Amino acid sequence: MNRVVITGMGIIAPNAHGLEDFEQALRQGRSGIRHMSRLEELNFSCQVAGVPSGYEELAREYFAPDRLVAMNSGMIFTGIAGIDCWRDAGLPMPDPIEGPVDWETGAVIGTGVGGVDTLGDVVFPRVKEGKVRRIGSTSVEQTMSSAVSGCLGGLLALGGQVTTNSSACTTGTEAVIQAWWHLQAGRARRVMAGGAEGVSEYIWGGFDAMRVLARGFNDRPEEASRPMSASACGFVPGSGAGILMLETLESARERGARIYAEIVGGHVNCGGQRNGGSTTAPNPEGVRRCIQGALASAGLSPDDIDVINGHLTATMADPLEVQNWASVLQRDPKDFPWINSTKSLIGHGLGAAGGMECVASVLQLSRGFVHGSANCQDLHPTLEPYNTRIPHQTRETDARILAKASFGFGDVNGCVLFRRWE
Amino acid sequence: MDQQTALEKVTAIIKPYAKNLAPLEEGNLDARILEDLGVNSARLVDIILAFEDEFGISIDDETADKVRTINDAVRVVSSQA
Repeated sequence: MNRVVITGMGIIAPNAHGLEDFEQALRQGRSGIRHMSRLEELNFSCQVAGVPSGYEELAREYFAPDRLVAMNSGMIFTGIAGIDCWRDAGLPMPDPIEGPVDWETGAVIGTGVGGVDTLGDVVFPRVKEGKVRRIGSTSVEQTMSSAVSGCLGGLLALGGQVTTNSSACTTGTEAVIQAWWHLQAGRARRVMAGGAEGVSEYIWGGFDAMRVLARGFNDRPEEASRPMSASACGFVPGSGAGILMLETLESARERGARIYAEIVGGHVNCGGQRNGGSTTAPNPEGVRRCIQGALASAGLSPDDIDVINGHLTATMADPLEVQNWASVLQRDPKDFPWINSTKSLIGHGLGAAGGMECVASVLQLSRGFVHGSANCQDLHPTLEPYNTRIPHQTRETDARILAKASFGFGDVNGCVLFRRWE
Repeated sequence: MDQQTALEKVTAIIKPYAKNLAPLEEGNLDARILEDLGVNSARLVDIILAFEDEFGISIDDETADKVRTINDAVRVVSSQA
C-alpha cells in the first residue's frame, strides 16, 4: 500500500486565518470566542461563539463576484482554506474558466449540518409564503449536502473523486481517514481532506435547546470554552474550515514537495448505540476499539503515542474520554501522553472541528510544540492524576506520534495517527 | 424611464454575474448575456428577479426567455417600468 503524507494545509478558524497566524494563536493561547449580539437578541442561553473574524471581507479578496453570489459561509470557509492549502502544497492555481483539469487530485470535504443558513434565510420563508419563484437559482448548490466539496472542486479544477462525508462531530477527522484509505489503495495521487461548518443560529439553536452549549460565561467569552475543567458547562459553538493536502509519498517525492507529517494509522467505527452509547453519547467500548484499531493499523504500541489532541468539547463527556484513552493505553498518569483540547481556543467547529484540529495537530507535531489547553486550571477532579500531562501553557516538544480523535452524535468515532516527518 | 437610466441600472444588475466585463465597459448593447458576458445560464433567473425588484415590474417566463442581450433587457424593463 502507498505511504501517505501531508504536503499542504489551509485553515480559517475563529482565532486565526492562515498557518502562520494559526501557529501563533495556538502558541499564545489566543481565543477566538466572542460575544455574539445576535444570539443575545435571539434569547440564546449561550451568547458566545467562534466565528472567523473578517471572513466576508476575505471572501471578496478570494472569490469573483459571480461565484460569491452562490456561496454561503460554509462554502466561503471551504474555499479560503482549500485555496490556501493548495498554494501551501506548492500547486499552481488553475485558470478560473478554461484550462486543464487535475485528474489525479480529489477531495473529501465534510460538513456536519451544511447550508442551513441558506435554507433558513432564503428557502423556507419563500416556500412558506408561496413565493418559490423568488428563491432564485443559487439555493440548491448552497444547500446540497456536497455544497462544500462541490465548491472546492470547481475552484481548483479537481478531477478525482470529489465528495462530502458527514458524521456529525467526527466528520473532519473521518474525511482525513477516508482520504488516507483512498490514497493507500492507489486511487489518486492527492486528496484534499477536512471539514467545514458555516455560521448559523439555526445550527446552534438546536444545541442550545438541548442545553449542551456553554452558559454562564456570556460576559467572559474567552473563558467560556473549558474542556477538562471542573466548571465546564457545555461547548461553545464554532465555525470555519481546516483542509489538508494528503498525497502519496511517491507523488510528493516526485515533485519535491515539502512534507509536514505522515499518516501512519487511522480507524473509524460506531458504538452501535448500545451499552452506554446512544445517539448523543458514546459506547465506551466503541471509543476504545476505535483507538485500538488506529494503533493496530499503524503497527504502533500504546507507548508510542506522545501527544493526544482530544475531542474534549467541555461537556461531561471529557472525563469519560480521558478514561477511555487511559483504558486503552494502560500508561501511568505521570507517563501519559500530553493531552490538549484545541476547542479550548476555537470552540467546537462541529463538522469543521476535525479538519481544523487535524491542522492544529500537524502544526504542533511538525513545529515541535503542544499548545496550552486553556481554561482548565480548575481541572475536573477525576483528571487530577493527569495534571502534569495537560499543558496549561504551550511547551516545546520533540513528539513523534500524535493521536487525533473525534467523536460524534450517532455514536461514531474516528482516530488518526500522525507521525512527524524526519 | 429614459433609456440611459434603464441601461445603467441593467448594467449594474448584470455586472456581478459577468465573468467578462469588457462588453459592459465598452457599452456594447448587442453583447449576449450568456455567450459574451460569460454569465452562468442559471443566473438569468436571479437577474430577472433583480430587474423586477429594481424597476417594480413583473416579467413573465415567456418574456424572460427572450432576454438574450443587454439591449433585450433594456427594452423589456423600459417597456414595463
